[in-house]
Amino acid sequence: MSSPHAAPRPGALSARRLLSPGLLFALPFLVLLAVFMLWPLGQGLWMSLTDTSLSAHAPSFIGLDNFTEALGDAEMWRALGHTVWFTALSTVPLVAVALGMALLVHTGLPGQWVWRLAFFAPYLLPVGVVSLLWIWLYQPDLGLYNNLLDAVGLGQVAWLSDESVAMSAIALTTLWWTVGFNFLLYLAALQSIPDHLYEAAAIDGAGAWRRLWSITLPQLSRITVVITVLQILASLKVFDQVYLITKGGPNNSTRPVVEYVYDVGFTGYRLGYASAISYIFFALVILASAAQYAALRRREK
Amino acid sequence: MTSTDLPVRSAPSPAPHVPGSVRALADRRRAPRPRAHLTLGDGRTARVLALAALAVMALVWLLPMAWALLTAFKSEQDASDPVHWFLPSHGFTLRGFSSVWERGDLPLWMLNSFLISAAVTVITVLVSAMAGYAFSRTLFAGRRWLFALTVAAVLVPPQILIVPWFQQMLSLGLLDTYAAVILPQTVAPVMVFILKKHFDSLPHELEEAARIDGAGHWRIFWSVLLPLSRPMLAAVSIFVFIGAWNNFLWPFISTSDPALMTLPVGITSVKDAYGIQYAQSMASAVLAALPLVVVFMFFQRHIVKSVSTTGLGGQ
Repeated sequence: MSSPHAAPRPGALSARRLLSPGLLFALPFLVLLAVFMLWPLGQGLWMSLTDTSLSAHAPSFIGLDNFTEALGDAEMWRALGHTVWFTALSTVPLVAVALGMALLVHTGLPGQWVWRLAFFAPYLLPVGVVSLLWIWLYQPDLGLYNNLLDAVGLGQVAWLSDESVAMSAIALTTLWWTVGFNFLLYLAALQSIPDHLYEAAAIDGAGAWRRLWSITLPQLSRITVVITVLQILASLKVFDQVYLITKGGPNNSTRPVVEYVYDVGFTGYRLGYASAISYIFFALVILASAAQYAALRRREK
Repeated sequence: MTSTDLPVRSAPSPAPHVPGSVRALADRRRAPRPRAHLTLGDGRTARVLALAALAVMALVWLLPMAWALLTAFKSEQDASDPVHWFLPSHGFTLRGFSSVWERGDLPLWMLNSFLISAAVTVITVLVSAMAGYAFSRTLFAGRRWLFALTVAAVLVPPQILIVPWFQQMLSLGLLDTYAAVILPQTVAPVMVFILKKHFDSLPHELEEAARIDGAGHWRIFWSVLLPLSRPMLAAVSIFVFIGAWNNFLWPFISTSDPALMTLPVGITSVKDAYGIQYAQSMASAVLAALPLVVVFMFFQRHIVKSVSTTGLGGQ
């Protein structure tokens, strides 16, 4: 290596260039990325082409058999449908209720600390706690909600054992648990709306509703798109609370596709088939991301 | 954490317009101003209605937690009494808490959760900050390509990796170890992306001064840029920590030994063990919920800021 002041000669691709400080700085992350994401992605793809099993027999290559089986597997389609249904059911309230909360808190009424605590605290609960709590809340006869329904004369609801209600019950739990996150994102966006917009509107004699419709909501349109996109991607990955509250039941009517992967792979021992379904799910997530990206691009034009 | 003495406000605001966000930051440095007259007008009715709506919503949101607390202080007999479903007929008791505590596994799971989340946070933030620095401040062969790969990796849901991760840990003989739980959680391309954008927003003057003084990359990173980034690092760390503390799926799959379980995983085994014992199950839920809720009460401002700066994932 010549002195550091010498001009780098073209074509002198040296060990020093390859081990440049920048690469060394990025290296720990790149190693983790390679070992715990890229390699597993490749291995998952390979496993999806084999009949790998948790029971001890050597896996053999079976081509696309897992994928053809999955495409004809009614339970897989049903689970995918539940995932999409949960996403549709949860996204709208998780965005709308968060917006409502943020608008109300942002009015600057006293008690800011209390409101934030009330709306955001559930987000800090581990999912194990959330599920214990809501199983108890939803209990027939003993649970809070059924007793309240009885008290107002509406009659009890079989929250977790009625196939037509269970998914809504899960969505309601999810709303309570995670809405605080979107609420805080909205609150931050609201706080960055400049006061002078409101002041100008006040001078023009615009009332409270007028200010909401012509200033606040238009200023929030971009963040609303972003929050909705993030929420859809988060909802598609649903597993934890469904698994812990209903175990996918009653009669598998709430089982999302991630739980199907778990059931097939870890309860049914068929890791190869579970990998194939993982990849089908991955395709769904990529498709949703691409659709959202295209929609965002079109909107910004 | 004092951020006022820093030359740069590093937290990127999710605001749509830069002038607005600068203005808002300046506003927030002053005493928080009541905005009611700006948003609600000066009418009394509007304020009362808004306050009533807020109070009702807050009540609905607090009710489940209040119900859990109430149940936790009942005896098992009262908790499963459908006639006196609200107030216990035999008074309140701490027996639920004491029997949960005597089982002894809850403190252990809390410790595991704390150790694992702390390790995940330290590794993730350090490794991501270094990579963010590399992508923001240095040139090396393949930098653009590797950054594009990092951005693409944000799209990969960890849920699809559980099967290969399991296979990987199985063949490395690492199942049921802390390492198995921790390592896969430390790959956070979104954090690299956020920190790269953050470093991009810092001015170059200070490090150029340091470079003239003969500081190398490590000194510039460690002694110039990181101290400047304390608010951002705090935000990212809080976010990563909460995520790891509440993570369920991978810890659930990679551990079967109760001594290694984290809180979210362990507490669900309580449910199975207790069956119908609701007072005990709510007592354990309350105890398990306590650490982060107490932390939130003390560090509310930081946590709120952490979510609003990191939660958007640099969008």
